[in-house]
Parts: sequence; C-alpha cells; structure tokens
Amino acid sequence: MANQDEPLHWLVRPATIRKLWIGFGIVLAAVVLAQAVVYIKGYFGVDAWFGFGAVYGFVCCLLMVLVAKLLGLVLKRSQDYYDEPDEDTGHGQDAGQNVSSTEEPRNGA
Amino acid sequence: MALEMLSPALILLLAAALIGVLKGHARTAVVLVAPLLTLWAVWQIPDGVQGTVKFLSYYIEPVEGGPLRRLFATVFAIMVFVGGLYAYRVARWYELAAAFAYAAGAVGVCFAGDLITLFLYWELMALFSTIIVWCGGTPAARAAGIRYAIMHLLGGVVLKVGIEGVVVGTGSIQIQPMLATDFSTWMILIGILINAAAPPVSAWLADAYPESSPTGSVFLSAFTTKTAVLALILLFPGEPVLVGVGLFMVMYGIIYALLENDARRILAYSIVNQVGFMVCAVGIGTQMALNGAAAHAFAHIIYKALLFMSAGVVIYRTGKSKCTELGGLFRTMPLTTACGIIGALAISSFPLTSGFTTKSMISQAAVDENLVWVYMLLTAASAGVFLHAGIKFPWFVFFQRDSGLRPKDAPWNMGLAMILFAGLCILLGVFPELLYPLLPYPVDYVPYTAGKVLFYLQLLLFSGLAFFVLLPLMKRTETISLDTDWLWRRAATALIGLVERLLQFLGEFVARGRVRLQRFSQRIAVRYLGQPHTADREERGVFARSWPIGTTALWIAGLLSAYVLLYYL
Repeated sequence: MANQDEPLHWLVRPATIRKLWIGFGIVLAAVVLAQAVVYIKGYFGVDAWFGFGAVYGFVCCLLMVLVAKLLGLVLKRSQDYYDEPDEDTGHGQDAGQNVSSTEEPRNGA
Repeated sequence: MALEMLSPALILLLAAALIGVLKGHARTAVVLVAPLLTLWAVWQIPDGVQGTVKFLSYYIEPVEGGPLRRLFATVFAIMVFVGGLYAYRVARWYELAAAFAYAAGAVGVCFAGDLITLFLYWELMALFSTIIVWCGGTPAARAAGIRYAIMHLLGGVVLKVGIEGVVVGTGSIQIQPMLATDFSTWMILIGILINAAAPPVSAWLADAYPESSPTGSVFLSAFTTKTAVLALILLFPGEPVLVGVGLFMVMYGIIYALLENDARRILAYSIVNQVGFMVCAVGIGTQMALNGAAAHAFAHIIYKALLFMSAGVVIYRTGKSKCTELGGLFRTMPLTTACGIIGALAISSFPLTSGFTTKSMISQAAVDENLVWVYMLLTAASAGVFLHAGIKFPWFVFFQRDSGLRPKDAPWNMGLAMILFAGLCILLGVFPELLYPLLPYPVDYVPYTAGKVLFYLQLLLFSGLAFFVLLPLMKRTETISLDTDWLWRRAATALIGLVERLLQFLGEFVARGRVRLQRFSQRIAVRYLGQPHTADREERGVFARSWPIGTTALWIAGLLSAYVLLYYL
C-alpha cells in the first residue's frame, strides 16, 4: 500500500509532466513539419494534403469519443445491472478474486 | 492408418489427457514440451491432402497441408507454448488440460481437409473453451459460461445445417472457396461468423472472456476468433458481405471499448475490432488482402495474448480489473508495464512493431482495389485502435492517478512469457521478412517507406493528442454497456415474465368465471329442485314442491291438447 510520506515518483511530478507535454508538442510539430521534406504518397488525392494524417487522426478520434459518449447515455447501465437479485452470494463482480496471491506455486514446479 | 494421416492436434489432445494424470515436474514437462512437439509436427506436413479414410459413405481427409494452414497452426502452437509457460504455476490442472484440448481443436481445424473433420474440431473448441470460461470459478463465470456454451452450440448447429446442405447439394465435403449464394452456404457463413464474434452476436466475447481466470483469458483470446478467420479465408475469400461486416466490427469494437471500465473487457472489445480488420480483408479477397488477413491474425494472436498476459498479471497480483480501481501500477510493476505498452503499441500498428508490418497490408489491399471508403474507414479505425487500446489500456491500468496499490511485479514464468511475446512483436516489426515468406501468396509489399511511416506517425500521435485532450470526457464510470445480448438476457426474460403474467390473469379470469357459474347454477338448482326435505312447502324448489292433483290434471290436459293439435297440423 502507498505510504503517505512516500515521495512522488519522478514520473508523476508536475515538472516532469510539463516537460513531457513540451516534448510531446515538439514531436507532434516535427511529424507534421517533416512532411515538407518527406513525400507522402496519397492514394486518393486528399490523403496527400499537408498534415492530412494529423488532422484526420485527431478529428476521427474526436468523433469516435463523442459518438461513444452519446451512445453511452443510452447504453450505460450500473455494473450490477444483470445481477440476479435472488442469487445467493457475491455476484462474482471481480472475475479475478478467486485467485489470491497466496496460492501462488501450485504444483511445486 | 498411416502415420502422416494423424493430425498434430492429437499431440495436444494426448498432452491434455496426460496433464490430468501427471503431477509436479512431469506435468510441467508435458505442458512445455507438447507444444514444441506440435510445432515440429506442424512443419512435417507437406502441402496437399495426406490420404483419405472412408467413413460411412464419405471420404474423410483428416490432414491437409498448405502454407496458410501451416501459418495458423504455427502461431497456435507458439501460443500454447508461451501460454503454458505463463499459466502452469497458477492455473489449476483442469484449466491447463482444457486449454490444451481447446488448442488441439484449433490446430485440428487448421489441417482439416474436409467439412466433417472441420466440424468435429470446431465443436471440440466450443466444448473446452466453455470449460476454460467456467474455470473463472465465480458465479458470474458460471453464468457467462452457460451463455457462451449456448451461443457456440447454436453456432455449431447452424454450421452443421449449412454443411449438410452443401453436402446434399453438391455431394462434396471438400473445403473449397464458395460464396454465400443459397441457404446452406449462408448457414455455413453465419456459423463461422458467430465464432468470429460478428454482429449481431458480438456480445458473447466481451461477456465470457473477462469472466475467465487471469490465465484462462490468455488462451481464450487466441483460438476461437482466429480459427474463424482461417475458416473464412478457406471458404469465403472475396465474399462481399464480409467487407461491411468487418467494418462494422471494427467500429463496434472501438466504441464499446471506449465506454468500458473493465480492463480485460476493453481488450475483449478490441479483439472484435481487430478481427473486424481481418474479416474485412477476407471480404476484399485479393491475394494482398488474404495475405494481410493471415499476417494480421498471426501478429494479432501474439500481441493480444501479450496484452491479456499483462492484464492477467495485474489481476493476479491485485485481484482488481476495473480501471476505476487501478492506476499508478508502473511504480512496482515495471516489467508488466513495459510489456503491456509494447503490446499496446503493436496493436496500434506503430512503426517497428508487428502490427505495422501486417495490418498495413490490409489497407494496401483496399488501396489496390480502389475502395476509397474502406481505406478511409480502416485508417480512421487505426487511429481509433490507438485511442481505445493503445493508450487507454496502459494509461488507465498503469498510470492515471495513484490507486495506492503497490503489487509485486510478475512471477518469473509470467514475466518470461511476456518478454518472449513482446520480443516477437518487435522482431516481426523490425524484420517482417521473417513472416512474409510464410504467407499463402507471394508478397510484393514494402512496409517501410518514409512517406508511409510519417503518415502513420501523424495519424497515431495526433490520436494520442486527442486522447489526452479529451481525457475529461473519458472519465471512467462504474458501468457496463448494453449490447444485443440484452435481448436475451433481459428482453426475453421480461417477455416471458409478461406472458406468464398474462396467462396468470387469464387463468384467474377463467377461475373466477367458473366459480360464478357454479354459484349461479347452484342457485338455479336450489330454486327449482332444492331442499325437498323441508316441511314448509314454500321453501322447497319449484319442482320439489308438492302440487295439488288438480294442477297436475290440468297440465296433462294442456299437454295432450297441444299434442293432438300438433298431430293434426
């Protein structure tokens, strides 16, 4: 378990996260600008446009997340939705709970 | 019977039986050696039919070799070996035995030379995969296993109906390319597509796989759907319906994975997504497309098993599988995190991973056939894969907030299994020429051109940007998402309840009417016939009273006159 006075892991310090964002931004800019040098062969016209991959990737993801969000309004149910109310115990919500780490080596190998 | 007519599947079947009998080191030896023996046996089978056996009036071909069959059998054998290595210290003996018998079914399908043999091994898979689901051990796993079995036995019946129709119609039990043109070929196609988790019954996959044990889901992820892909390549190459079905599966997988909270269920939905790519490729049906489908299946089995392994280690160590309960595990599980990330990059077809060198063949096939919309949708889906599996899975399991969990990293055997598969993901990504000669058709494809790599980097990295920008929209909720299985898990039971209530109402109505009728007739009876014993004449029923003799005479006279009158009329 986490210790309260455990120092923050270097990867999750705000300074590191800021640096990661800056680095990510530079990489993003680089892969778009690189298209000035590297020729992307378009198969259907539009996909050869400058930065098409970047825009297409971003917009598609945006659409998919929004569609998922909208569908979620209709489709999402509480996680015990299908549980039988008269089932005896447990409902087995956690598939992995039957395997506890104490039963580790079983056949002595 | 000659030796070459014995399928390599029998080695795994024998091993499954031995696993039940043996204990300790001997069992471990069987678990680790049998898959390697199978792999060796797979490569001993020359191309073509290896002999026939007469069964009833049919000529059965138990073993037929070929590059495509060998490719699938190879990856299945590798999968059993690494899966066995991953599982053998944790899994119960009956789970291991079932996994080996299940794999035997898959390998058997690979080499089945006729439809009857194919069907037998097909059902073997259904049977033993159900047992693996049940090995989850929870009441939820038991219920999901029953639903899984019903779905697969139903699929088996549909397939059988189709096979019998084809045998009656053509007189041939040969496995040969066909198109879904009549009832029986449609039945075969539907039977296979049920195993491929195609709509409208995709739900069985995400329902059953995440309920199995951490080790069981590794095996489950590999065989059923990919055997279905092989069967599609063998039986329905170029079937136009499959393009649409595949594209639907691709999008379905992404959307549902985005909504999902359970880590293994995210991976289960992404199986549907990835199989959608393959199904679509089979639908395109050119040599490039079929090569792509086969290569993608090969790579997919490896990286999907790797992802399920890393999720399995997390569940094994923490007992939790929900994104809302996990997070920050990278601190104490660096190996599992690294392997999970490699699997995630491979599934997103990042350059230098096996996904890039295989999945891009399918896009190329769409380009070659000038299918603009298919290409555009597949490209969008590639971005979506990075979104839902490539980042979402590792991010929510290993990073995001600190859940406070500090589990130990993977046990050595699980770690070794993950390293082997992670290595394979990169090896096939860096040296695709290792895989390309194994494909069924000659490969004329260069995966790495500067333009293509740059295009995919733009696509994927900006999908990554979209993920982090849209993170507030993707806050995990403790929910499940309804699927078509709602129809038989809820709507059907509700309908039955409704009919039950209706019948009950009808029964009550009839019962009430009967009681009323009874009372009414009793009243009538009492009125006319009743109570003859009472002394008081007025209390007796009308016909039970004592009447004066004169009244009787009058009645008789009246009746006689009426009779005479009628007689003369």
